[in-house]
Amino acid sequence: MDALNNIFVNIAAYIRGLFADSHSLSADLAINIIVFIMLFLIMVVAALFLSLVERKFAHWVSQRSGPNRLGPHGWFQFIADAVKMLGKEDIYPANVDLFLFKIAPMMLVGITLMAYGVIPFGKGMVAINLDLGIFYFLAVSSISTLALLMAGWASNNKFSLLGGFRAVAQMISYEIPLLFSLLGVIMITQTFNLSSIVEAQKTIPFIFLQPLAFLIYLIAGIAETNRAPFDQVQGEQEIVAGPFTEYSGLRWGLFMLAEYGNVVATSAIAVSMFLGGWYGPGFLPGWLWFILKIWLVIFIMMWVRWTFVRMRVDHLMHFAWKILLPLSLANIFLTGLGIYIYQLFIPRIGG
Amino acid sequence: MTDNFAAVGLLLAFAIGLPIVVMAVVHLLAPHKPHKEKLTTYECGNEPIGRAWIGFKSNYFLYAIVFTAFDVETIFLYPWALTFRKLGTFAFVEMFIFMIILIVGFWYAWKEGALEWM
Repeated sequence: MDALNNIFVNIAAYIRGLFADSHSLSADLAINIIVFIMLFLIMVVAALFLSLVERKFAHWVSQRSGPNRLGPHGWFQFIADAVKMLGKEDIYPANVDLFLFKIAPMMLVGITLMAYGVIPFGKGMVAINLDLGIFYFLAVSSISTLALLMAGWASNNKFSLLGGFRAVAQMISYEIPLLFSLLGVIMITQTFNLSSIVEAQKTIPFIFLQPLAFLIYLIAGIAETNRAPFDQVQGEQEIVAGPFTEYSGLRWGLFMLAEYGNVVATSAIAVSMFLGGWYGPGFLPGWLWFILKIWLVIFIMMWVRWTFVRMRVDHLMHFAWKILLPLSLANIFLTGLGIYIYQLFIPRIGG
Repeated sequence: MTDNFAAVGLLLAFAIGLPIVVMAVVHLLAPHKPHKEKLTTYECGNEPIGRAWIGFKSNYFLYAIVFTAFDVETIFLYPWALTFRKLGTFAFVEMFIFMIILIVGFWYAWKEGALEWM
Protein backbone atom coordinates (compact mmCIF):
# COMPACT_ATOMS: atom_id res chain seq x y z
CA MET A 1 0.00 0.00 0.00
CA ASP A 2 2.84 2.36 0.83
CA ALA A 3 4.45 1.70 -2.56
CA LEU A 4 1.15 2.42 -4.30
CA ASN A 5 0.67 5.52 -2.20
CA ASN A 6 4.02 6.98 -3.20
CA ILE A 7 4.15 5.66 -6.74
CA PHE A 8 4.25 9.07 -8.42
CA VAL A 9 6.67 10.52 -5.87
CA ASN A 10 8.97 7.52 -6.44
CA ILE A 11 8.77 7.89 -10.23
CA ALA A 12 9.80 11.55 -9.86
CA ALA A 13 12.65 10.54 -7.55
CA TYR A 14 13.76 7.90 -10.09
CA ILE A 15 13.84 10.45 -12.92
CA ARG A 16 15.84 12.78 -10.69
CA GLY A 17 18.22 9.88 -10.00
CA LEU A 18 19.04 9.61 -13.70
CA PHE A 19 20.88 12.91 -13.50
CA ALA A 20 24.41 13.11 -12.14
CA ASP A 21 23.40 15.65 -9.53
CA SER A 22 19.78 14.98 -8.56
CA HIS A 23 19.18 18.57 -7.44
CA SER A 24 20.88 20.32 -10.34
CA LEU A 25 19.08 22.84 -12.51
CA SER A 26 18.69 20.39 -15.40
CA ALA A 27 17.05 17.80 -13.13
CA ASP A 28 14.62 20.40 -11.80
CA LEU A 29 13.91 21.57 -15.34
CA ALA A 30 13.26 18.04 -16.62
CA ILE A 31 10.93 17.23 -13.72
CA ASN A 32 9.04 20.47 -14.14
CA ILE A 33 8.60 20.02 -17.89
CA ILE A 34 7.30 16.47 -17.44
CA VAL A 35 4.96 17.55 -14.64
CA PHE A 36 3.56 20.50 -16.59
CA ILE A 37 2.89 18.39 -19.67
CA MET A 38 1.21 15.85 -17.39
CA LEU A 39 -0.94 18.65 -15.94
CA PHE A 40 -2.00 19.69 -19.43
CA LEU A 41 -2.84 16.10 -20.36
CA ILE A 42 -4.80 15.66 -17.11
CA MET A 43 -6.74 18.80 -17.96
CA VAL A 44 -7.48 17.72 -21.55
CA VAL A 45 -8.48 14.17 -20.67
CA ALA A 46 -10.56 15.27 -17.67
CA ALA A 47 -12.33 17.89 -19.79
CA LEU A 48 -13.07 15.49 -22.65
CA PHE A 49 -14.28 12.81 -20.29
CA LEU A 50 -16.37 15.28 -18.27
CA SER A 51 -18.09 16.54 -21.42
CA LEU A 52 -19.22 12.96 -21.99
CA VAL A 53 -20.15 12.34 -18.36
CA GLU A 54 -22.19 15.53 -18.39
CA ARG A 55 -24.27 14.29 -21.33
CA LYS A 56 -24.59 10.88 -19.72
CA PHE A 57 -25.78 12.56 -16.54
CA ALA A 58 -28.34 14.54 -18.53
CA HIS A 59 -29.49 11.24 -19.99
CA TRP A 60 -29.96 9.72 -16.55
CA VAL A 61 -31.63 12.76 -15.03
CA SER A 62 -33.90 14.02 -17.76
CA GLN A 63 -34.76 10.82 -19.64
CA ARG A 64 -33.17 11.65 -22.95
CA SER A 65 -31.02 9.36 -25.06
CA GLY A 66 -27.60 10.91 -24.68
CA PRO A 67 -24.60 9.56 -26.56
CA ASN A 68 -25.25 5.84 -27.08
CA ARG A 69 -23.68 4.82 -30.38
CA LEU A 70 -19.90 4.73 -30.14
CA GLY A 71 -18.48 1.91 -28.06
CA PRO A 72 -20.32 0.24 -25.16
CA HIS A 73 -23.22 2.55 -24.23
CA GLY A 74 -21.52 5.42 -26.04
CA TRP A 75 -18.55 5.62 -23.65
CA PHE A 76 -16.06 6.23 -26.50
CA GLN A 77 -17.91 9.29 -27.74
CA PHE A 78 -15.38 11.71 -26.24
CA ILE A 79 -12.58 10.36 -28.46
CA ALA A 80 -14.71 10.97 -31.54
CA ASP A 81 -15.50 14.47 -30.29
CA ALA A 82 -11.81 15.28 -29.90
CA VAL A 83 -10.92 13.99 -33.36
CA LYS A 84 -13.86 15.79 -34.97
CA MET A 85 -12.94 19.07 -33.30
CA LEU A 86 -9.32 18.86 -34.45
CA GLY A 87 -10.43 18.55 -38.06
CA LYS A 88 -12.96 21.36 -38.08
CA GLU A 89 -12.46 24.64 -39.87
CA ASP A 90 -11.30 27.54 -37.75
CA ILE A 91 -13.68 30.30 -38.87
CA TYR A 92 -13.12 33.90 -37.91
CA PRO A 93 -15.82 36.26 -39.20
CA ALA A 94 -14.89 39.23 -41.37
CA ASN A 95 -15.51 42.07 -38.92
CA VAL A 96 -14.07 40.71 -35.68
CA ASP A 97 -11.15 42.21 -33.77
CA LEU A 98 -8.86 39.48 -35.03
CA PHE A 99 -6.08 39.60 -32.43
CA LEU A 100 -8.37 39.56 -29.37
CA PHE A 101 -10.68 37.04 -31.06
CA LYS A 102 -7.82 34.65 -31.62
CA ILE A 103 -6.08 34.88 -28.26
CA ALA A 104 -9.16 34.92 -25.95
CA PRO A 105 -9.74 31.11 -25.87
CA MET A 106 -6.01 30.40 -25.77
CA MET A 107 -5.63 32.77 -22.85
CA LEU A 108 -8.50 31.10 -20.99
CA VAL A 109 -6.89 27.68 -21.39
CA GLY A 110 -3.52 29.06 -20.30
CA ILE A 111 -5.03 30.56 -17.17
CA THR A 112 -6.72 27.27 -16.31
CA LEU A 113 -3.44 25.41 -16.79
CA MET A 114 -1.66 27.89 -14.51
CA ALA A 115 -4.27 27.35 -11.81
CA TYR A 116 -3.49 23.63 -11.89
CA GLY A 117 0.08 24.29 -10.79
CA VAL A 118 -0.67 24.46 -7.06
CA ILE A 119 -3.24 21.66 -6.70
CA PRO A 120 -1.92 18.99 -4.31
CA PHE A 121 -2.97 15.68 -5.86
CA GLY A 122 -1.38 13.70 -3.04
CA LYS A 123 1.31 13.81 -0.38
CA GLY A 124 4.27 15.50 -2.09
CA MET A 125 2.40 15.45 -5.41
CA VAL A 126 2.09 19.15 -6.13
CA ALA A 127 3.60 20.63 -9.28
CA ILE A 128 4.81 23.84 -7.63
CA ASN A 129 4.85 23.81 -3.84
CA LEU A 130 4.13 27.50 -3.37
CA ASP A 131 3.79 28.97 0.12
CA LEU A 132 1.45 31.43 -1.58
CA GLY A 133 -0.71 28.47 -2.84
CA ILE A 134 -4.34 29.45 -2.44
CA PHE A 135 -3.64 33.15 -2.96
CA TYR A 136 -1.88 32.33 -6.24
CA PHE A 137 -4.81 30.16 -7.31
CA LEU A 138 -7.36 32.90 -6.62
CA ALA A 139 -5.22 35.57 -8.29
CA VAL A 140 -4.69 33.51 -11.43
CA SER A 141 -8.22 32.18 -11.78
CA SER A 142 -9.75 35.66 -11.46
CA ILE A 143 -8.09 36.66 -14.76
CA SER A 144 -10.48 34.35 -16.62
CA THR A 145 -13.13 37.09 -16.38
CA LEU A 146 -10.95 39.17 -18.68
CA ALA A 147 -10.69 36.40 -21.28
CA LEU A 148 -14.47 36.06 -21.46
CA LEU A 149 -14.89 39.82 -21.86
CA MET A 150 -12.24 39.78 -24.60
CA ALA A 151 -14.12 37.04 -26.42
CA GLY A 152 -17.40 38.91 -26.08
CA TRP A 153 -16.02 42.24 -27.23
CA ALA A 154 -13.84 40.95 -30.06
CA SER A 155 -16.65 38.95 -31.69
CA ASN A 156 -18.41 42.16 -32.79
CA ASN A 157 -21.74 40.47 -32.24
CA LYS A 158 -24.53 41.78 -30.01
CA PHE A 159 -25.14 38.41 -28.40
CA SER A 160 -21.46 38.01 -27.66
CA LEU A 161 -21.17 41.49 -26.22
CA LEU A 162 -24.15 40.92 -23.90
CA GLY A 163 -22.67 37.62 -22.86
CA GLY A 164 -19.33 39.23 -22.15
CA PHE A 165 -20.92 41.93 -20.00
CA ARG A 166 -22.94 39.36 -18.13
CA ALA A 167 -19.82 37.28 -17.59
CA VAL A 168 -18.03 40.22 -15.99
CA ALA A 169 -21.00 41.24 -13.83
CA GLN A 170 -21.60 37.69 -12.63
CA MET A 171 -18.02 36.61 -12.13
CA ILE A 172 -16.91 39.68 -10.18
CA SER A 173 -20.03 39.48 -8.02
CA TYR A 174 -19.48 35.84 -7.09
CA GLU A 175 -15.76 36.28 -6.65
CA ILE A 176 -16.22 38.24 -3.41
CA PRO A 177 -18.16 35.52 -1.51
CA LEU A 178 -15.74 32.95 -2.94
CA LEU A 179 -12.71 34.83 -1.63
CA PHE A 180 -14.30 35.48 1.76
CA SER A 181 -15.51 31.91 2.23
CA LEU A 182 -11.91 30.62 2.08
CA LEU A 183 -10.75 33.11 4.74
CA GLY A 184 -12.20 31.02 7.56
CA VAL A 185 -9.99 28.06 6.68
CA ILE A 186 -6.90 30.28 6.44
CA MET A 187 -7.68 31.78 9.84
CA ILE A 188 -7.66 28.27 11.31
CA THR A 189 -4.61 26.90 9.51
CA GLN A 190 -2.49 30.09 9.39
CA THR A 191 -0.99 29.18 6.01
CA PHE A 192 -1.64 29.68 2.30
CA ASN A 193 0.23 26.51 1.34
CA LEU A 194 -2.34 24.02 0.05
CA SER A 195 -0.32 20.95 1.11
CA SER A 196 -0.08 22.31 4.66
CA ILE A 197 -3.80 23.07 4.67
CA VAL A 198 -4.52 19.47 3.69
CA GLU A 199 -2.13 18.19 6.37
CA ALA A 200 -3.98 20.28 8.96
CA GLN A 201 -7.10 18.25 8.13
CA LYS A 202 -5.61 14.90 9.15
CA THR A 203 -7.92 14.57 12.14
CA ILE A 204 -11.00 16.45 10.98
CA PRO A 205 -11.90 17.83 7.53
CA PHE A 206 -12.73 21.52 7.66
CA ILE A 207 -16.23 20.95 6.26
CA PHE A 208 -17.23 20.11 9.85
CA LEU A 209 -15.69 23.32 11.21
CA GLN A 210 -16.75 25.53 8.29
CA PRO A 211 -19.98 24.07 6.87
CA LEU A 212 -21.35 27.49 5.90
CA ALA A 213 -18.11 28.41 4.14
CA PHE A 214 -18.18 25.17 2.16
CA LEU A 215 -21.74 25.85 1.02
CA ILE A 216 -20.86 29.41 -0.01
CA TYR A 217 -17.73 28.21 -1.80
CA LEU A 218 -19.65 25.56 -3.71
CA ILE A 219 -22.37 27.97 -4.84
CA ALA A 220 -19.89 30.69 -5.78
CA GLY A 221 -17.68 28.11 -7.47
CA ILE A 222 -20.56 26.93 -9.65
CA ALA A 223 -21.25 30.56 -10.54
CA GLU A 224 -17.58 31.25 -11.28
CA THR A 225 -17.45 28.36 -13.72
CA ASN A 226 -20.64 29.69 -15.40
CA ARG A 227 -22.64 26.52 -15.00
CA ALA A 228 -26.39 26.19 -14.57
CA PRO A 229 -28.28 27.48 -12.59
CA PHE A 230 -25.86 30.39 -13.01
CA ASP A 231 -25.26 30.07 -16.75
CA GLN A 232 -26.56 33.54 -17.61
CA VAL A 233 -23.34 34.03 -19.57
CA GLN A 234 -24.30 31.45 -22.16
CA GLY A 235 -28.09 31.57 -21.72
CA GLU A 236 -28.91 29.62 -24.90
CA GLN A 237 -32.50 30.77 -25.11
CA GLU A 238 -31.68 34.48 -24.98
CA ILE A 239 -28.20 35.14 -26.33
CA VAL A 240 -27.42 32.01 -28.40
CA ALA A 241 -24.12 31.07 -26.72
CA GLY A 242 -22.96 34.31 -25.17
CA PRO A 243 -19.30 35.08 -25.81
CA PHE A 244 -18.86 31.81 -27.72
CA THR A 245 -21.43 32.58 -30.45
CA GLU A 246 -18.92 33.35 -33.20
CA TYR A 247 -16.44 30.63 -32.28
CA SER A 248 -16.21 27.33 -34.10
CA GLY A 249 -13.98 24.31 -34.35
CA LEU A 250 -11.23 23.87 -31.81
CA ARG A 251 -11.25 27.51 -30.77
CA TRP A 252 -14.71 26.83 -29.37
CA GLY A 253 -13.37 23.53 -28.07
CA LEU A 254 -10.73 25.44 -26.10
CA PHE A 255 -13.51 27.32 -24.32
CA MET A 256 -15.15 24.03 -23.37
CA LEU A 257 -11.76 22.67 -22.32
CA ALA A 258 -11.25 25.68 -20.06
CA GLU A 259 -14.76 25.42 -18.63
CA TYR A 260 -14.39 21.76 -17.65
CA GLY A 261 -10.82 22.36 -16.59
CA ASN A 262 -12.11 25.08 -14.29
CA VAL A 263 -14.75 22.72 -12.93
CA VAL A 264 -12.03 20.23 -12.01
CA ALA A 265 -9.80 22.97 -10.52
CA THR A 266 -12.65 24.43 -8.45
CA SER A 267 -13.56 20.97 -7.16
CA ALA A 268 -9.91 20.24 -6.37
CA ILE A 269 -9.66 23.41 -4.30
CA ALA A 270 -12.92 22.52 -2.54
CA VAL A 271 -11.48 19.09 -1.76
CA SER A 272 -8.16 20.38 -0.46
CA MET A 273 -9.68 23.26 1.52
CA PHE A 274 -12.73 21.54 3.02
CA LEU A 275 -12.87 17.80 2.37
CA GLY A 276 -9.53 16.68 3.74
CA GLY A 277 -7.58 16.33 0.49
CA TRP A 278 -5.78 13.01 0.15
CA TYR A 279 -6.70 11.71 3.63
CA GLY A 280 -9.13 8.81 3.76
CA PRO A 281 -9.46 5.24 5.00
CA GLY A 282 -6.25 3.32 4.37
CA PHE A 283 -7.46 0.75 1.82
CA LEU A 284 -6.97 3.13 -1.12
CA PRO A 285 -3.91 5.25 -1.98
CA GLY A 286 -4.09 8.94 -1.11
CA TRP A 287 -4.15 10.30 -4.66
CA LEU A 288 -7.06 7.99 -5.49
CA TRP A 289 -8.98 9.40 -2.53
CA PHE A 290 -8.27 12.88 -3.85
CA ILE A 291 -9.62 11.98 -7.30
CA LEU A 292 -12.68 10.26 -5.82
CA LYS A 293 -13.45 13.34 -3.72
CA ILE A 294 -13.09 15.54 -6.80
CA TRP A 295 -15.59 13.28 -8.55
CA LEU A 296 -17.94 13.62 -5.59
CA VAL A 297 -17.87 17.42 -5.83
CA ILE A 298 -18.29 17.30 -9.63
CA PHE A 299 -21.20 14.92 -9.14
CA ILE A 300 -22.86 17.45 -6.83
CA MET A 301 -22.21 20.22 -9.36
CA MET A 302 -23.80 18.18 -12.17
CA TRP A 303 -26.69 17.20 -9.97
CA VAL A 304 -27.33 20.88 -9.26
CA ARG A 305 -26.95 21.72 -12.93
CA TRP A 306 -29.56 19.27 -14.16
CA THR A 307 -31.97 19.86 -11.25
CA PHE A 308 -32.39 23.63 -11.02
CA VAL A 309 -33.63 26.00 -13.71
CA ARG A 310 -31.59 29.03 -14.71
CA MET A 311 -31.84 31.96 -12.30
CA ARG A 312 -33.19 35.28 -13.51
CA VAL A 313 -30.39 37.77 -13.96
CA ASP A 314 -31.55 40.23 -11.26
CA HIS A 315 -32.12 37.38 -8.80
CA LEU A 316 -28.65 36.17 -9.63
CA MET A 317 -27.04 39.47 -8.69
CA HIS A 318 -29.22 39.86 -5.57
CA PHE A 319 -28.23 36.39 -4.46
CA ALA A 320 -24.53 37.24 -4.67
CA TRP A 321 -24.59 40.68 -3.06
CA LYS A 322 -27.46 40.48 -0.60
CA ILE A 323 -27.33 36.88 0.60
CA LEU A 324 -23.95 35.27 -0.04
CA LEU A 325 -21.80 38.31 0.78
CA PRO A 326 -23.38 39.06 4.22
CA LEU A 327 -23.32 35.34 5.00
CA SER A 328 -19.63 35.04 4.15
CA LEU A 329 -18.84 38.14 6.25
CA ALA A 330 -20.79 36.62 9.14
CA ASN A 331 -18.76 33.45 8.67
CA ILE A 332 -15.51 35.41 9.07
CA PHE A 333 -16.86 37.07 12.24
CA LEU A 334 -17.99 33.77 13.71
CA THR A 335 -14.72 32.02 12.86
CA GLY A 336 -12.70 34.85 14.38
CA LEU A 337 -14.81 34.82 17.51
CA GLY A 338 -14.61 31.04 17.73
CA ILE A 339 -10.81 30.98 17.44
CA TYR A 340 -10.53 33.84 19.92
CA ILE A 341 -12.65 32.10 22.54
CA TYR A 342 -10.83 28.82 21.88
CA GLN A 343 -7.45 30.45 22.44
CA LEU A 344 -8.72 32.22 25.54
CA PHE A 345 -9.88 29.07 27.28
CA ILE A 346 -7.97 26.09 25.92
CA PRO A 347 -4.50 27.11 27.23
CA ARG A 348 -5.96 27.66 30.70
CA ILE A 349 -7.66 24.29 30.75
CA GLY A 350 -4.60 22.61 29.26
CA GLY A 351 -2.02 24.37 31.43
CA MET B 1 9.95 30.68 2.64
CA THR B 2 11.37 29.30 -0.58
CA ASP B 3 8.72 30.13 -3.13
CA ASN B 4 9.67 28.57 -6.40
CA PHE B 5 8.72 31.39 -8.74
CA ALA B 6 11.08 30.19 -11.44
CA ALA B 7 8.76 27.19 -11.80
CA VAL B 8 5.79 29.56 -11.98
CA GLY B 9 7.55 31.38 -14.81
CA LEU B 10 8.11 28.09 -16.60
CA LEU B 11 4.44 27.19 -16.12
CA LEU B 12 3.53 30.58 -17.59
CA ALA B 13 5.68 29.78 -20.63
CA PHE B 14 3.81 26.47 -20.97
CA ALA B 15 0.46 28.21 -20.50
CA ILE B 16 1.31 30.53 -23.39
CA GLY B 17 3.03 27.92 -25.53
CA LEU B 18 0.77 24.85 -25.36
CA PRO B 19 -2.41 26.54 -26.72
CA ILE B 20 -0.29 27.95 -29.57
CA VAL B 21 0.99 24.45 -30.34
CA VAL B 22 -2.57 23.11 -30.28
CA MET B 23 -3.81 25.81 -32.63
CA ALA B 24 -0.83 25.21 -34.93
CA VAL B 25 -1.85 21.55 -35.17
CA VAL B 26 -5.39 22.64 -36.06
CA HIS B 27 -3.97 25.02 -38.65
CA LEU B 28 -2.26 22.05 -40.29
CA LEU B 29 -5.17 19.60 -40.04
CA ALA B 30 -8.28 21.67 -40.59
CA PRO B 31 -9.55 22.85 -43.97
CA HIS B 32 -9.66 26.57 -44.65
CA LYS B 33 -12.22 27.61 -47.24
CA PRO B 34 -13.71 30.97 -46.28
CA HIS B 35 -16.35 32.69 -48.38
CA LYS B 36 -18.40 35.78 -47.87
CA GLU B 37 -21.56 34.22 -46.39
CA LYS B 38 -19.58 32.09 -44.00
CA LEU B 39 -17.78 35.10 -42.58
CA THR B 40 -20.81 37.22 -41.76
CA THR B 41 -21.76 37.93 -38.16
CA TYR B 42 -24.32 35.51 -36.78
CA GLU B 43 -27.56 37.26 -35.92
CA CYS B 44 -30.23 34.57 -36.22
CA GLY B 45 -30.12 34.70 -40.02
CA ASN B 46 -30.74 38.43 -40.45
CA GLU B 47 -28.31 40.98 -41.76
CA PRO B 48 -26.68 42.59 -38.68
CA ILE B 49 -28.36 45.92 -37.90
CA GLY B 50 -26.27 48.69 -36.37
CA ARG B 51 -22.99 48.42 -34.58
CA ALA B 52 -22.20 45.84 -31.94
CA TRP B 53 -19.41 47.84 -30.31
CA ILE B 54 -21.54 50.12 -28.17
CA GLY B 55 -21.40 51.65 -24.70
CA PHE B 56 -22.70 49.67 -21.76
CA LYS B 57 -25.26 50.38 -19.07
CA SER B 58 -24.03 52.20 -15.96
CA ASN B 59 -25.33 49.31 -13.81
CA TYR B 60 -22.28 47.30 -14.66
CA PHE B 61 -20.11 50.20 -13.59
CA LEU B 62 -21.78 50.46 -10.17
CA TYR B 63 -21.21 46.77 -9.54
CA ALA B 64 -17.61 47.21 -10.59
CA ILE B 65 -17.09 50.03 -8.06
CA VAL B 66 -18.51 47.98 -5.17
CA PHE B 67 -16.44 45.02 -6.36
CA THR B 68 -13.26 47.10 -6.32
CA ALA B 69 -13.88 48.17 -2.73
CA PHE B 70 -14.35 44.58 -1.61
CA ASP B 71 -11.48 43.27 -3.69
CA VAL B 72 -9.11 45.74 -2.05
CA GLU B 73 -10.49 44.65 1.29
CA THR B 74 -9.65 41.08 0.34
CA ILE B 75 -6.02 42.06 -0.18
CA PHE B 76 -5.97 43.41 3.37
CA LEU B 77 -7.92 40.51 4.85
CA TYR B 78 -5.78 37.68 3.49
CA PRO B 79 -2.52 38.66 5.24
CA TRP B 80 -4.57 39.47 8.34
CA ALA B 81 -6.11 35.99 8.31
CA LEU B 82 -2.66 34.49 7.79
CA THR B 83 -1.30 35.95 11.04
CA PHE B 84 -4.61 36.08 12.86
CA ARG B 85 -3.67 33.85 15.77
CA LYS B 86 -0.35 35.58 16.45
CA LEU B 87 -1.65 39.13 16.44
CA GLY B 88 -3.66 39.15 19.64
CA THR B 89 -6.67 41.15 20.73
CA PHE B 90 -5.66 44.51 19.28
CA ALA B 91 -5.46 43.41 15.65
CA PHE B 92 -8.56 41.29 16.13
CA VAL B 93 -10.67 44.28 17.20
CA GLU B 94 -8.98 46.62 14.73
CA MET B 95 -9.73 44.48 11.70
CA PHE B 96 -13.33 44.07 12.69
CA ILE B 97 -13.63 47.86 13.00
CA PHE B 98 -12.17 48.09 9.48
CA MET B 99 -14.70 45.58 8.23
CA ILE B 100 -17.55 47.42 9.96
CA ILE B 101 -16.56 50.66 8.18
CA LEU B 102 -16.67 48.78 4.89
CA ILE B 103 -20.01 47.23 5.77
CA VAL B 104 -21.37 50.72 6.41
CA GLY B 105 -20.24 51.65 2.89
CA PHE B 106 -21.85 48.50 1.58
CA TRP B 107 -25.08 49.34 3.40
CA TYR B 108 -25.00 52.81 1.79
CA ALA B 109 -24.53 51.32 -1.70
CA TRP B 110 -27.39 48.94 -0.98
CA LYS B 111 -29.65 51.78 0.25
CA GLU B 112 -28.86 53.96 -2.77
CA GLY B 113 -29.82 51.12 -5.08
CA ALA B 114 -26.40 50.42 -6.61
CA LEU B 115 -27.11 46.71 -6.20
CA GLU B 116 -30.44 46.80 -8.03
CA TRP B 117 -30.42 45.31 -11.51
CA MET B 118 -32.48 47.47 -13.86
